[in-house]
Amino acid sequence: MEINQYLEVFIDESKEHLQAINDHLLVLEKNPQDITIVNEIFRSAHTLKGMSATMGYQDLSNLTHKMENVLDAVRNEKVSVDENILDVVFDSVDDLEAMVIDIAEGGTGERNVEKVVHLLQSIENGELPTTSTIPHEEPIDAHNMASNELQIDEFTSAVLEQSSEQGQNNFRVEVALREDCLLKAARVYMVFEILEQCGEVIHSQPTVEQLENEEFETSFTVLLITGESAEEIQNRINKVSEIDHVQAGVFEAPSRLETGREAETESAEQTAITKTETKADMQKQNSGEKETKQVANKTIRINIDRLDVLMNLFEELVIDRGRLEQISNELKHSELQETVERMTRISGDLQSIILNMRMVPVEQVFNRFPRMVRQLSRDLNKKIDLSVVGAETELDRTVIDEIGDPLVHLLRNALDHGIESPDVRESKGKSPTGKLELKAYHSGNHVFIEISDDGGGINRDKVEQKAIANNVVTEEQAYNMTDSQVFELIMESGFSTADIISDVSGRGVGLDVVKNTIESLGGNISIDSVPGEGSVFSIQLPLTLSIISVMLVEVQKEKYAVPLSSIIETAIVKKEEIMHAHNKKVIDFRGKVVPLVFLKDILEVPETLEEDDYYSVVIVRKGDKMAALVVNSFIGQQEVVLKSLGDYLSGVFAISGATILGDGQVALILDSNALIK
Amino acid sequence: MSEQDKQMLKVIVFQIKDEEYTIPVEQVGSIERIMPITRVPGTKPFVKGVLNLRGVVTPIIDLRERFEIESTDNTEQTRIITVTIQGLNVGLIVDAANDVLDLDESTIEPPPEVIGTVEAEYIQGVAKLDQRLLILLNLEKVLSKEDVHLLNKVHV
Repeated sequence: MEINQYLEVFIDESKEHLQAINDHLLVLEKNPQDITIVNEIFRSAHTLKGMSATMGYQDLSNLTHKMENVLDAVRNEKVSVDENILDVVFDSVDDLEAMVIDIAEGGTGERNVEKVVHLLQSIENGELPTTSTIPHEEPIDAHNMASNELQIDEFTSAVLEQSSEQGQNNFRVEVALREDCLLKAARVYMVFEILEQCGEVIHSQPTVEQLENEEFETSFTVLLITGESAEEIQNRINKVSEIDHVQAGVFEAPSRLETGREAETESAEQTAITKTETKADMQKQNSGEKETKQVANKTIRINIDRLDVLMNLFEELVIDRGRLEQISNELKHSELQETVERMTRISGDLQSIILNMRMVPVEQVFNRFPRMVRQLSRDLNKKIDLSVVGAETELDRTVIDEIGDPLVHLLRNALDHGIESPDVRESKGKSPTGKLELKAYHSGNHVFIEISDDGGGINRDKVEQKAIANNVVTEEQAYNMTDSQVFELIMESGFSTADIISDVSGRGVGLDVVKNTIESLGGNISIDSVPGEGSVFSIQLPLTLSIISVMLVEVQKEKYAVPLSSIIETAIVKKEEIMHAHNKKVIDFRGKVVPLVFLKDILEVPETLEEDDYYSVVIVRKGDKMAALVVNSFIGQQEVVLKSLGDYLSGVFAISGATILGDGQVALILDSNALIK
Repeated sequence: MSEQDKQMLKVIVFQIKDEEYTIPVEQVGSIERIMPITRVPGTKPFVKGVLNLRGVVTPIIDLRERFEIESTDNTEQTRIITVTIQGLNVGLIVDAANDVLDLDESTIEPPPEVIGTVEAEYIQGVAKLDQRLLILLNLEKVLSKEDVHLLNKVHV
């Protein structure tokens, strides 16, 4: 099917629109009077409807249509926004989401949505108890469509205006067939034949389609632009048999504003997409000034695999660039050198662009949380004020994909067990509304994500007791631990059993999973908490999994890369400064005893260089422990692309991977964690 | 007609010391000239290290060392044959890559008890072609993962 090639785009865009609807609904909840927000929601819903109809997902399209009707009623101030309505709309968004997910998973997007549809319908009909002041109008049925009021849209009225400026006549022609007419459609056809000979039919009510299907009583009305006189037309039509009467009169186009309103009510009742399409256009005109504030985001979607291929190709280029540099330096040809230098600069820029392409704002993950928090706080009968800070912070796509679930877990935890119920809060002298903050920011080579609440905090004693009882730590160990070390115990795997939930302000459910996920991403998580004042869960993540900053060092003649994230600093120490403890060489580093690790021994580097009186050391850490790696020289800091050593050599001691340097050679990346016991 | 029924095996022929070895052409990715190799510590001597093969870090095995044949310096003829076995991408250092041949499977014989200095377990069979004796290698055995790492790891 040709549809398949659009399916991915359809799913992505549907998700985006649903997200936009969700976001705007949350804003609307806070500002129920703001019609512009409703317009935004309407626009997303409308696009979604159109898309799903085009793709042939009828259920999706139908439900969206129902939702759109409600939104339209809100927009036209027939229904005012209140919690009941929002709940129903939220529910329908949930259903829509489920449908889209079903489609994404290869389903048909079918779903039983009777209940929601029913609720939406009753809102639309003003049946649901709302504070609505303006009664909902009766839907226009085929019968009164043919009544005196002709509803035309803006486009039609524009055409009418134009034609009268050109000296044409705008006639409103009402044709009534005889009650006993047998072939109504045939008569209509004949009438239209005549009308089209006289001029141009620009509008008909009921629509031509309905007329052809005989979906009308006995009369219909058309708008005709013609050079003929009204009488002439009447006479001509009267020649058709079985016509009861014909009346043609000059049609006065109503003022623009009125047309707009009428057309809106009309097209809201139309299912035909073509109709509603016009309405969307019209809407854009209506809210033209608001449209401008939405800056068009010009993006294309790229499969991440393609970026990987691009990256690999680029590395090839970098390698050849390195060779070219070498050659040009040897030849000392100035023009060649100049060109190579330029190429180096340009490819450097290109490199940073390619690397940046993989970066996406953390917003992609964050934007689903306000909705989740809303729902959760309702379920838990808590009042929560969620603020999101730094959603624009960028992270590598691979990290983004993984970080969502741990965050959901932590937010749930904070909501469920961190923040107290309103009455408890009040009794403690706090505001009944709990504060929850989700914050992301860059710091150095890392991104930090913090989840802070102003809830009850963690009770150190209880955690300690539980940890000792569960054999996670000994009593002595617990005594010597800092507060945050104790708090981090709740993320130990031995801690997450169900009965702890109530004991330790509930934290500890599956937090070990959270910790594992984050650590597998090369990040770490720490907890800070003040009893009675709240807790902060802080997650540190590498900017990306594929590019890391390293310090290149030389061990004898071999080059190794030490990840910058584990380096504290570099130093040069004199041989005399080295002390011995337990037969081990150590140095005094800022008052701490740090063991020396001779890389050339551990890595069994064939020795070639003579030792001098100084040692160059890289001081690395693993948690609170440190080690000083002895190298021969520092080459410098560099961003490198992380490559695996492959299955064949996996698990080599103290080596976490490899990278390709500018000269095309492979340098190994040291796993400093393995070097510290 | 019987000519066509013969099972033909297309192989790459390469040389280590004085012997000629073959591997099926489907298993071969490419044949490269020798390039700078980065040593990987903590591996057996026959693992020469890794090299960058068009952006892919590829482990390199010295077949001489693997077969415990005395090592010589690389020459102009030295080649790296990259092979793919069970998803593993590995480069093999050989003294020279000579030929591509069609072997008639009926000429392949099971390995004799002892052939030169190479342990018999790597050998799938031998084929006689005119005056040449070709040794068919069992790459799965040559590349067995188990004995890649050195057992006595250094700890701090």
